[in-house]
Amino acid sequence: MDKMVNIFLFGKKYEVPDNLTIMCAMEYAGYQLVRGCGCRNGFCGACATIYRIKGDRELKVCLACQTKVENDMYIATLPFFPLIKQVYDIENIKPEQQIMMQLYPEIYACIGCNACTKSCTQKLNVMQYIAYAQRGDFKSCAEESFDCVMCGVCSSRCPAGISHPQVAMLARRLNGKYLAPKSEHLESRVAEIKDGTYDELIEALMGKTIEEMKELYNHRDIEK
Amino acid sequence: MYSAEFQKSLHEVEAAREANIAYEPARMSAEDKERLLEAYHPDYKKTEFEKLQFGPNKGDVVPRELCEILQAHSRITADQIDLNDVRYDVDVLIIGGGGAGASAAIEADRAGASTMIVTKLRIGDANTMMAEGGIQAADKPNDSPAIHFLDAFGGGHFAAKRELLAKLVCDAPEAIQWLNELGVEFDKTSDGTMITTHGGGTSRKRMHAAKDYSGAEIMRTLRDEVLNRGINVVDFTAAIELILDDKGNAAGAVLMNMETKELMVARAKTVIIATGGAGRMHYQGFPTSNHYGATADGLVLGYRVGAKLLYADTLQYHPTGAAYPSQIFGALVTEKVRSLGAKLVNSEGRVFMHPLETRDVAAASIIRECSDRDKGIDTGNGKAVWLDTPMIERIGGEGTIERRIPAMMRMFANYGIDIRKEPILVYPTLHYQNGGLDINADGMTPNVENLFVAGEAVGGIHGRNRLMGNSLLDIIVFGRNAGKNAAAKSRNIEMGMLTLDHIAAFDAEREKAGVKTSAVSPRLLPDYTNRHERT
Repeated sequence: MDKMVNIFLFGKKYEVPDNLTIMCAMEYAGYQLVRGCGCRNGFCGACATIYRIKGDRELKVCLACQTKVENDMYIATLPFFPLIKQVYDIENIKPEQQIMMQLYPEIYACIGCNACTKSCTQKLNVMQYIAYAQRGDFKSCAEESFDCVMCGVCSSRCPAGISHPQVAMLARRLNGKYLAPKSEHLESRVAEIKDGTYDELIEALMGKTIEEMKELYNHRDIEK
Repeated sequence: MYSAEFQKSLHEVEAAREANIAYEPARMSAEDKERLLEAYHPDYKKTEFEKLQFGPNKGDVVPRELCEILQAHSRITADQIDLNDVRYDVDVLIIGGGGAGASAAIEADRAGASTMIVTKLRIGDANTMMAEGGIQAADKPNDSPAIHFLDAFGGGHFAAKRELLAKLVCDAPEAIQWLNELGVEFDKTSDGTMITTHGGGTSRKRMHAAKDYSGAEIMRTLRDEVLNRGINVVDFTAAIELILDDKGNAAGAVLMNMETKELMVARAKTVIIATGGAGRMHYQGFPTSNHYGATADGLVLGYRVGAKLLYADTLQYHPTGAAYPSQIFGALVTEKVRSLGAKLVNSEGRVFMHPLETRDVAAASIIRECSDRDKGIDTGNGKAVWLDTPMIERIGGEGTIERRIPAMMRMFANYGIDIRKEPILVYPTLHYQNGGLDINADGMTPNVENLFVAGEAVGGIHGRNRLMGNSLLDIIVFGRNAGKNAAAKSRNIEMGMLTLDHIAAFDAEREKAGVKTSAVSPRLLPDYTNRHERT
């Protein structure tokens, strides 16, 4: 028999087994989720959740699919948060500080309270990556923010109204497209394929019998 | 930290680690693999399959749960819908907001077509977001599209439609380039060389990755691009029935708001089904690595209007689903863990197979170890085997895990397990729908004009098993392909009168076949209320 704990979903009390995640506990209680549930594996950021343990002053945040229930947990989900997402043409912007000033000027209003970092469900150093973005250091911003799941909790806690995940998204795209080194072997392979270099080889495979293909497959050489 | 009941076996794993790192297990012969699959792979368990009694694939066997929803009733009847009351009128309607749908939308929009995505959850709530290990492309000097073709064709048991597979491998390098130019980050060395690894069944190291967030990095970038382009994304809205015109061609869909249940009509010159997989159908009671909405909706929508399925009887069970702790039961442990050197080890500390066999073979081998051979570890949720992750740090040096597979490290750390120091417990999990709707190389179904399919909802690209890294590739290649071709096709279409007559026709077929069912479909979401065994 599972050990049971009391939790409070939007203030209402439910008794649930203590080995469940918050998400499964909501379902155990009878909720058919539509909002606040996506990949159920910690990648999509749909299930941002705020909670407080009774008697504890600290307000905590988490992903509901990655966090176990505790006794006397008061839970409110945050299935949507109004982030600012600026639109831009990736082909026609430059990886320079100017672009952040233009699209996300509010990052310069950061007061350094660090509430974003404290609230990150992925334990990222959010304030630091915003500092990199302010300086136009998009490579560092991209690296520091890489594991972001865009749940939006940081922005919900920000007194300056910054949409941190969107700032980081822009930095990563600038880094991936303009700053990271180009792959020459990739570009030459694309050109070779366009030139028809492999057409004959592929054509030959298209015409072979299954027996011939098995022979080739079972005796192919495998790189160490 | 593992509790006392695991300690004895854990000690054996630790004691054997050095020897196990040095040990290079042989790969199985073709005959060994065949025997193993027949005896242990879930696809070969005949009692779990059922014959379709009517419809385009009458006589074919499919998983029982899929058979039920394919033969089920529509959620609506034709007289409930006023087809003259058109809420959305577009050139290209894309059903599904994952990697395939987003890629299709970007290309359709780029081609100048009015494009709309409808998705029952949010854009990006999709298996693409959860793909961890990487994406294949033959772009290294020692590799070629032909070698890639051979690996995938053999790995898929020589059953792939060759014209689809040829497109997949030949368009692969360009797909990587397209993603990179959209700003997707890839793991590269300082001179720009892609860092590539093996996957199960590859003969060259061609797995490109963005740490172990490969799919997430691709999906969030595609989503950002869709939003930048101002493409209409109608979220929390499901397509519940396709609409045809009086010539029998695809011409739109009936939509349902998931929250208010309002029904709406979308008219479209072309329709792309990009609804993804079926893990949440929990075939044979397996847990799944799939996202919440993976319920085979597109297969149902297509089947009901006459589109044929190909290989719908084959599913992929990813060999390494998390088996412990229960909170992450069934969650994906990326194959990259094995690419980086971790081996599969049984309860006695023995390496029982080559870690990079294809997924179906690896899954069957683990099931054998945990059943007839009785060398599994009891987790309280069934048996499991060890995946010895500390080997990675020994082989690649300290810090390799944090650098290359941070998501895995985080997932287990949430439950107090440090995968750098302790191995993890794994068992196969329902991961991928190998089969799906049949398409031609242009992405359109052969039997319903103007109906395109892309991504996991397609059958035939991979044959009867898929290699790691070929599905992130297929959603990009065939997503883009469908988007371009649907947009081009939409320019020359004279639509006839809209109709939902196929619903009654399908009901009549069911009646004639003598099938009695109260089921309705598509299912849209699984029902986990008042139960607690799913993660």
